[in-house]
Amino acid sequence: MPIQSLKGVFRVLLLVAIFVAGAWSYATGVIEEFIFYLPDIQFLTMEHLWLTAISGSLAILVAIPLGILLSRPSMARWAESGMQVLNIGTTIPTLAVLALSMSLLGIGVVPAVFALFVATLLPITRNTYTGLKGVSPALKEAASGIGMSPAQRLIRVELPNALYVIFAGIRTALAINVGTVPLAFLIGAGGLGELIFTGIDLYNPLMMLAGAIPTAMLAIMVDALIASIAFLVVPRGVNPARRAAHA
Amino acid sequence: MIRLDNLTKVFDTPKGAVVAADHINMEVPTGEICILLGPSGCGKTTTLKMINRIVRPTSGKVFIDDEDTSSLDTQTLRRNIGYVIQQIGLFPNMTIEENITIVPKLLGWDKAKYKERARELMRMIALEPDAFLKRYPSELSGGQQQRIGVARALAADPPVMLMDEPFGAIDPINRAVIQDEFLKMQQELKKTIMFVSHDIDEAIKMGDRIAIFRDGHLVQYATPDTLLAAPKDSFVESFLGEDRALKRLNLINVREVVSTNFETVSPRDSLESALQTLDKCGYQHAIVMVNEERQPVGIIPRAVAQVSKGSCHDYAQKVPAVVNVNDDLRKAVSLMLAHDITWLPCVDDEGRLCGHITQRAMTHHLGARFRTQQATAELADPMAEE
Ligand SMILES: Nc1ncnc2c1ncn2[C@@H]1O[C@H](COP(=O)(O)OP(=O)(O)O)[C@@H](O)[C@H]1O
Ligand SMILES: [Mg+2]
Repeated sequence: MPIQSLKGVFRVLLLVAIFVAGAWSYATGVIEEFIFYLPDIQFLTMEHLWLTAISGSLAILVAIPLGILLSRPSMARWAESGMQVLNIGTTIPTLAVLALSMSLLGIGVVPAVFALFVATLLPITRNTYTGLKGVSPALKEAASGIGMSPAQRLIRVELPNALYVIFAGIRTALAINVGTVPLAFLIGAGGLGELIFTGIDLYNPLMMLAGAIPTAMLAIMVDALIASIAFLVVPRGVNPARRAAHA
Repeated sequence: MIRLDNLTKVFDTPKGAVVAADHINMEVPTGEICILLGPSGCGKTTTLKMINRIVRPTSGKVFIDDEDTSSLDTQTLRRNIGYVIQQIGLFPNMTIEENITIVPKLLGWDKAKYKERARELMRMIALEPDAFLKRYPSELSGGQQQRIGVARALAADPPVMLMDEPFGAIDPINRAVIQDEFLKMQQELKKTIMFVSHDIDEAIKMGDRIAIFRDGHLVQYATPDTLLAAPKDSFVESFLGEDRALKRLNLINVREVVSTNFETVSPRDSLESALQTLDKCGYQHAIVMVNEERQPVGIIPRAVAQVSKGSCHDYAQKVPAVVNVNDDLRKAVSLMLAHDITWLPCVDDEGRLCGHITQRAMTHHLGARFRTQQATAELADPMAEE
């Protein structure tokens, strides 16, 4: 009961805070200025999303087959060292990846997409690999033992059972991706980074927020989108989210 | 029929070669259950898995119905062998229906046929199709999951089944239930089954034949009764346990020992004539009284008949216990011990008296079986040595 009423109090306080903030921003003219940036925000958000979409889907298309390949028994000899390389790759700061990419490919959209692709690739490959490796040996033996070919076993048993972990990898990767896109502005690829960094340079907090707030909202939306795709696509029997809902 | 011909597996391990199965020769006749039994690490699982090629034999051959299986491709071979593992291995991403129809689907059955098959299988394993087919494995109890595991293996009606400690992960009470259900199913299905177990009691209960393994060798291959009556060496003897004579009680039906040459009295008879019958037949303790349907309704103890006068009906005492002729001797002995008696009336399924069984008859029967088996074992042995 006390927790319930506490929650109620919080909700009221939150509403009051939003109202006060709204009133304050109206009184100080913040809203008008925000509206001034609206066309920029719209344009740059589309650019931002486009960078995420291209680099993200390229990464998914490459990372999942790569993870599958590394998890095959015939690759066992190289898989661990391959994963080590990927793990080291993950520890390189994304800004450094951008810088490296620029020194290789120059400036513009192509090096930006490439750097984003690299940063996104690693978590998805890693989760695909560990997800598939984590499928219980008993399941794999049962699948082979009843006469599935290696490909049938992969598609009908291994991938469905690893799917939840793979989606977790995609979520992490795209969160990194959306959050890294603003940096792409630094090598001339556009996106909401334009407002953020220019705002910082001009010491214009409002301009900076006009870039930062949509970036944060994009991150939340992309995350929610992937989560709902996972909810629908991962079979109910191996989907913790849906099992909880079912119970 | 499954025949293993010099089947051998050598594992190369960092610590050197491990001979997990050493020239195994054996044959399981069609429709029988053969139990591979032995201590952990003796090569039971390896031998079993060489049959469906989960483990590749180092040398030797496997024949199924006289066909050399090395001529078959692996998938075809496996789709025609039912496979049940201890960890059950149901696919958690699939519903029960998808799990048990997977092999028919792989074999290309049409949808209506495999859907109907799923319902038929569920009825066979005593689970309500409508309640279970759409559920997921994680929503079932361990015992139910293992039943589904058996159903999945049976789905495409393979002539041969391989089962690796299939009921090992289930609690003892449920295990006994599933074992009984499985035996009942097997009476109709008549599959040729290889079944790994490390539990001697399970082996005696389930097996038509038992193969005892030790360190990769097949030590003795015989029917449960032969094995218990005439273990080949001290290893088999100690593995079977010191109470092996008692275990044989499970294997023999009351029907085999019952004596049907048996006099009774009816409620209308006088105690005097009851005493005469007792004397005539030499019954030391009592005589059974039956009604018109030949159901035992009481007993007249000798002591009562000697001292009282009147009709049997008035002096009859309660029948202490009866045993069904289809029960095993273990049940009969248990009843005798519980009621402190040395004989029991035996009844058929309708409860009609059909004879009696005495402790003396049981010990004599067991002893006779032991003696004949020893004789045949001695006869067979010198030939095996050659
Ligand atoms: N894949 C393997 N690699 C190496 N040794 C193995 C392998 N599988 C089994 N063995 C060895 O072979 C022997 C027999 O094992 P197994 O057939 O599993 O025994 P059981 O089923 O009777 O317990 C054991 O010594 C075991 O360590
Ligand atoms: Mg084993």
